Amino acid sequence: MFWAQRRLCSLGSRAKFLKMIYSPKIFRLSTSARMSLKFKNAKRIEGLDSNVWIEFTKLAADPSVVNLGQGLPDISPPEYVKEELSKVAAMDSLNQYTRGFGHPSLVKALSCLYEKLYENQIDPSKEILVTVGAYGSLFNAIQGLIDEGDEVIVIEPFYDCYEPMVRMAGGTPVFISLRSKRVDGKKWSSSDWTLDPEELASKFNSKTKAIILNSPHNPFGKVYTKEELQVIADLCIKYDTLCISDEVYEWLVYTGNKHLKIATFPGMWERTITIGSAGKTFSVTGWKLGWSIGPNHLIKHLQTVQQNSIYTCATPLQEALARAFWIDIKRLSDPECYFNSLPKELEVKRDRMVQLLESVGLKPIVPDGGYFIIADVSLLDADLSDMKNSNEPYDYKFVKWMTKNKKLSAIPVSAFCNKETKLQFEKFVRFCFIKKDSTLDAAEEIIKAWSRQTS
Amino acid sequence: MAKQLQARRLDGVAYNPWVEMAQLTSQYEAVNLGQGFPDFPPPDFAVEAFRQAVTGDFMLNQYTRGFGYPPLTEILASFFGKLLGQEIDPSKEVLVTVGAYGALFTAFQALVDEGDEVIIFEPYFDCYETMTLMAGGCPMFVPLKPTPAQKGELASSNWQLDPEELASKFTPRTKMLILNTPNNPLGKVFSREEVELVARLCQQHDVVCVSDEVYQWLVYDGCQHHSIASLPGMWERTLTIGSAGKTFSATGWKVGWVLGPDALVRHLRTVHQNSIYHCPTQAQAAVAQSLERERDHFGQPSSYFIQLPRDMQSRRDHVVRSVQQVGLRPMNPQGSYFFMADISDFRNKIPDLPGAEDEPFDQRFIKWMIKEKGLVALPVSFFYSKQHQKQFDHYIRFCFVKNESTLQAMDEKLQQWKEQLGA
Repeated sequence: MFWAQRRLCSLGSRAKFLKMIYSPKIFRLSTSARMSLKFKNAKRIEGLDSNVWIEFTKLAADPSVVNLGQGLPDISPPEYVKEELSKVAAMDSLNQYTRGFGHPSLVKALSCLYEKLYENQIDPSKEILVTVGAYGSLFNAIQGLIDEGDEVIVIEPFYDCYEPMVRMAGGTPVFISLRSKRVDGKKWSSSDWTLDPEELASKFNSKTKAIILNSPHNPFGKVYTKEELQVIADLCIKYDTLCISDEVYEWLVYTGNKHLKIATFPGMWERTITIGSAGKTFSVTGWKLGWSIGPNHLIKHLQTVQQNSIYTCATPLQEALARAFWIDIKRLSDPECYFNSLPKELEVKRDRMVQLLESVGLKPIVPDGGYFIIADVSLLDADLSDMKNSNEPYDYKFVKWMTKNKKLSAIPVSAFCNKETKLQFEKFVRFCFIKKDSTLDAAEEIIKAWSRQTS
Repeated sequence: MAKQLQARRLDGVAYNPWVEMAQLTSQYEAVNLGQGFPDFPPPDFAVEAFRQAVTGDFMLNQYTRGFGYPPLTEILASFFGKLLGQEIDPSKEVLVTVGAYGALFTAFQALVDEGDEVIIFEPYFDCYETMTLMAGGCPMFVPLKPTPAQKGELASSNWQLDPEELASKFTPRTKMLILNTPNNPLGKVFSREEVELVARLCQQHDVVCVSDEVYQWLVYDGCQHHSIASLPGMWERTLTIGSAGKTFSATGWKVGWVLGPDALVRHLRTVHQNSIYHCPTQAQAAVAQSLERERDHFGQPSSYFIQLPRDMQSRRDHVVRSVQQVGLRPMNPQGSYFFMADISDFRNKIPDLPGAEDEPFDQRFIKWMIKEKGLVALPVSFFYSKQHQKQFDHYIRFCFVKNESTLQAMDEKLQQWKEQLGA
């Protein structure tokens, strides 16, 4: 454990120090048996230590694996976005702390953009909070507003952090599954997956503090319709419930679909926190900037969490993001605007993936939005007998087997389910398609070769 | 809504005293020696490292490893491993966080439970108290006390712990102790004996030590910084927190880290993966490259860790000297960005200071100083518990880590103030 080091010049004598280690005085004092009790984790994180991404990103890290797993682009962010960051890196004034709740030029840009979408004024200093990614906004909202005993409705499958974040805040997640109607003879679409309004209503009660909505949805790509959102809004109003609306994929909607903001529905602004993401908007997931928009009487509590957790986000990245926004705000109806060009680019990739998966007999669920596509892989009938750990759901074993044997990675959809529902979704696997053509080419080769083998 | 809208964990931690300060500062265009950040650039090699990170491989624009960008965790492990005399595993014993602030938050959330006691030395960086409260813990305050000055010279080293008082604060419910050395706001650098005392007590009572060492390179007059984790028996119970912002004068990058045994750090990883998950990639890449540069220059005159404290020492001397002209009595700091100045003489000099009856004297003084004298400092009572604020309401904190033109502007304001005193 201790190693003798020669180059410790500035911290004084190593020899004198090493003598102390072997002093009998020290052994009398430390007792490892006693230590273990005090080093236990706080109750709030009990049982929350496992995480699907850690396991699966490690698996996919092998460079020979074609990675359609984790949702990150392997395409470059747009040139002007990279350029703005490089300009900003040369500006000295941006190397020090900025305003904790959001860099002024960024909150101004966000308010300018979203005022158009909300068709209402948004106060940049009181109704917007900049956070460490949308992940950070989710954390601030849940920590700020969810207490011990509060129930939070979570729609399954769900972005995996919703459940542990609710539990960490002492809340009780109440699950409801999206269910698909029969789709014989036509393409299976994410819009075929819906919530039963009666079942949803039955989940609400006086303890329901919030519902977490994710549209466009990860992993299905479902874009909730006006009617579906109205059902949710009606229930929120009836039960005086908050809505945490995760809209990170808001720009990624495909032809025939429109992203609607539940906060714009009557009676909803005052009870909704809407979350957005720079990472997903500009294909810069590594910038880790997100935001929450809502009424001050809610946002102020997220600000309290912020000032007691990370205090402020990185300055240069916020300034670069502001500049990128200003460029696109000026050309919102232009096809060159990234908010228009990216979904066009991705729709082509989506269609390619759909074709590919269908061509090998898989049943993909065509997403209306987002950059993931789900397929039922049980039809491939892979021989997973050499995969140990038979307690794991089928899709976990399948993905591990596929990564190892076919050099193609994806994410098991049961990772997005709570313990009880895992079996319902265990035939499904999620593929990410915000990938460059050569990546998709490689995936195509693997899948086609595979299907030739099994036919 | 019938019951309280916000979660109860926010009770008592919502108030933010800094907001008013920031407003006053901008309103009166005062010379800002208040907030703790440099107004000069990071060193060239750090700026260059950031430039390379943002213009290099475009994949640095995407997520990296959640617990820390691997080249950064590796250099942190090897660099600090040498300093602490400990072989550090970069994947299990290093966690990269959003600033040292984020590291502190993660540690409190991971380890402090309802009713757990946390020992905090006063004066303290104010978030220690609010973070303890938000985690449901009970702060147990132990004040550092000024002992009679030798030769009338006021210094941060005069402020000491009473060993008996400190020992009496440990109870079966004590979970954690926060040590901040060099200390903000006092500028004290805990001596070897003091650090050993804290270590002995932590071991005796089986307490986790969180050591906030963000100013570790800012030590003056040949003073030595002691990392408690390097003491025998302490690595296994210490979380050592560092800051790229303070290390490289780049507070806006918001990159910090925790070093410690896996048995503790694993719990911080759990909090981290359920709160922000990843830190920005490019800033981490810039910090990694900057640390690698410092590793290569370690101990040499070209090392930033030698140049920075040397330059800041002269700024310290300049500001400490200057403020005395108007009757402020500075406590010469051994380290950090700050020193405290005693303003008790002003109680008689300005008997009609505006402000609420129960507002601490130093807060009223600061507002007056900003408006009337055009200088910003911070009231030290912000760094004290409610119970002790009244006792320690006659100090203000100056940040001297500022560029020459700021110090010149400060001198002009002090000159005007001095002239007004004469009149």
